[in-house]
Amino acid sequence: MKRKLAIVFLLIIISLQIYNAFAIQRFPKPEFESGHTQPPTITPDPRSNALAILDVFVLVAALSIVSWLVVKKRSRKGVFWMSIFAVLYFGFFREGCVCSVGSLQNITLALFNPEYSIPITVIAFFILPIIYTLFFGRTFCAGVCPLGTLQDIFALRPMPIKSWLEKVLGIIPFIYLGLAVLYAATSTDFVICRYDPFIGFFRLDASFMMFMIGGIFLLIGVFIARPYCRFLCPYGALLNLVSRFSKKHITITPAECIQCRLCEDSCPFGAIDKPVLLKEKEERPIAVRRFVMLSIIIPLLILVGGFTGAQFHENLASVNSKVRLANELLNNTNYGETEQEAFEITAFNAAGQSKEELYNEAASIIRQFYYGGWILGGFIGLVFGLTLVSLSVFKYREDYTPNKGTCLSCARCVDYCPVLPENKVIIQK
Amino acid sequence: MAKKEKKKKHNRRHFIDRSLRISIGLGLAGLGSFLIKKSISKEYVWQLDPEKCIQCGRCATSCVLTPSAVKCFHVYDMCGYCDLCGGYFRPETKKLTTAAENQLCPTSAIVRKFVEEPFFEYDIVEELCNGCGKCVKGCGAFGNGSLQLQVNHRLCVNCNECAIARDCPADAYQRVPMDDPYTFSGYRNKENKS
Repeated sequence: MKRKLAIVFLLIIISLQIYNAFAIQRFPKPEFESGHTQPPTITPDPRSNALAILDVFVLVAALSIVSWLVVKKRSRKGVFWMSIFAVLYFGFFREGCVCSVGSLQNITLALFNPEYSIPITVIAFFILPIIYTLFFGRTFCAGVCPLGTLQDIFALRPMPIKSWLEKVLGIIPFIYLGLAVLYAATSTDFVICRYDPFIGFFRLDASFMMFMIGGIFLLIGVFIARPYCRFLCPYGALLNLVSRFSKKHITITPAECIQCRLCEDSCPFGAIDKPVLLKEKEERPIAVRRFVMLSIIIPLLILVGGFTGAQFHENLASVNSKVRLANELLNNTNYGETEQEAFEITAFNAAGQSKEELYNEAASIIRQFYYGGWILGGFIGLVFGLTLVSLSVFKYREDYTPNKGTCLSCARCVDYCPVLPENKVIIQK
Repeated sequence: MAKKEKKKKHNRRHFIDRSLRISIGLGLAGLGSFLIKKSISKEYVWQLDPEKCIQCGRCATSCVLTPSAVKCFHVYDMCGYCDLCGGYFRPETKKLTTAAENQLCPTSAIVRKFVEEPFFEYDIVEELCNGCGKCVKGCGAFGNGSLQLQVNHRLCVNCNECAIARDCPADAYQRVPMDDPYTFSGYRNKENKS
């Protein structure tokens, strides 16, 4: 009885499957009389796992060497040669993926998508540079990140840009970071990887568009040093925050600053803070009033930002392929194609999912984007608010010091300082 | 007096810095241990599921490499060794010869070899194949479906997010563990029996 039932069940399954056109045995396997044997199907192996582990070791070694060169040895030359190595190894040899910048999306995806399990090497690529930054400043940016070092090599004629412009453009990385996290968390897209301008150079293969964008970045980078790092890189935004609390950090002078002002214009990234003298210190009532103002403005900015972000949640969600498919099906627009049925719709019909299921799925994704829009907008509001704070708050400073957030630890300024470690001064002949 | 005040201020700054440093460190450790729990020690590679594939041809154009890392693979075990091969010949072909106008493959990447009457063997020349999937469609429609598109891992640079996966209309691309990197599809009815 059981057997009969099983056979009937099997027949039903087979008859259901026949409708699917793919891989049906229409012709029997031949029996060769000449003794011909079938060749095996070729299956070339992927890049071995050992190489991925080697990458992590090289990353640790490079981070250690650069940190030592920057903090202890204070050698610009050493950092420069390490950046050449980073471009060659992490760039051209390894051809880019996974890089620390993109890994933040894998981390986000792993946090939000229960189906995705993340390789340990990717976790290492994300966390190790942050740990090193926590101890030594942004040494990763200085000589390990292939994207940064490639631009660093091209920074031939750096020009200073206005500090207000620097501040305003400095907000972009945080917005980019927020967007990248939103899109990765909703399993929509890895925007950082998609718009990585330099990976095409490392692979010597990309679309014309991406080559152009990369070329433009490098060209701008000749005059405005490291434009991607300073005004776009989302991982740099993370490191910027962490680096502010770093235990050690590169210092311009090895001993006491003598206020010689030689280093004043040495930084191509505008990351040297000038001294603010004590006599300029403002009076208490003004400071109190500003504090009150800011503590009203910042929550307001967060609310306004969140509200605005939530208003745009449908626009943000329209990038998601499922939402797009649901939209196209609902409006009967066929992806703008007139001659034939769009591939997406063919595939959807072949997969056998019902429209209602798809619509429900799309609706839940849009709901995610609604909350995501609130959080993203609020975050952007907060960034605006904190930028306002950093522009208006007075900080007493005696010496020329690198700004721990924006300094990329490239050690260029070190060569400009005439002070020797024993508090002696080099006198130029 | 002023000096003392300054020193005090300095200490407060240091205290804030240190406590924030420790809290960031702890946060990182927490994040790390959470992620380790759901991590695997193997790497992932991209692969496409031939059962979801609709042979739209985007594999040939969307890959970051030119020509694409997606190639046609021949699962010989499923092949019927037909004379009139749906993957090799255009549908309207009259004479079954290897003349270029008869071939479905735009790059002539399939080699037809006579084995014995009436069987022919078909080999894919990897260097010529551009992954367009025309032969896969033909073989699936008229034959056994032994020609299948797969990512060739010797060529694939394993992008963090596969550019073809983004464009694939059938959502056929997925990350698979690297020790089992090929997902060939067997016969449907065979699968159900096992």
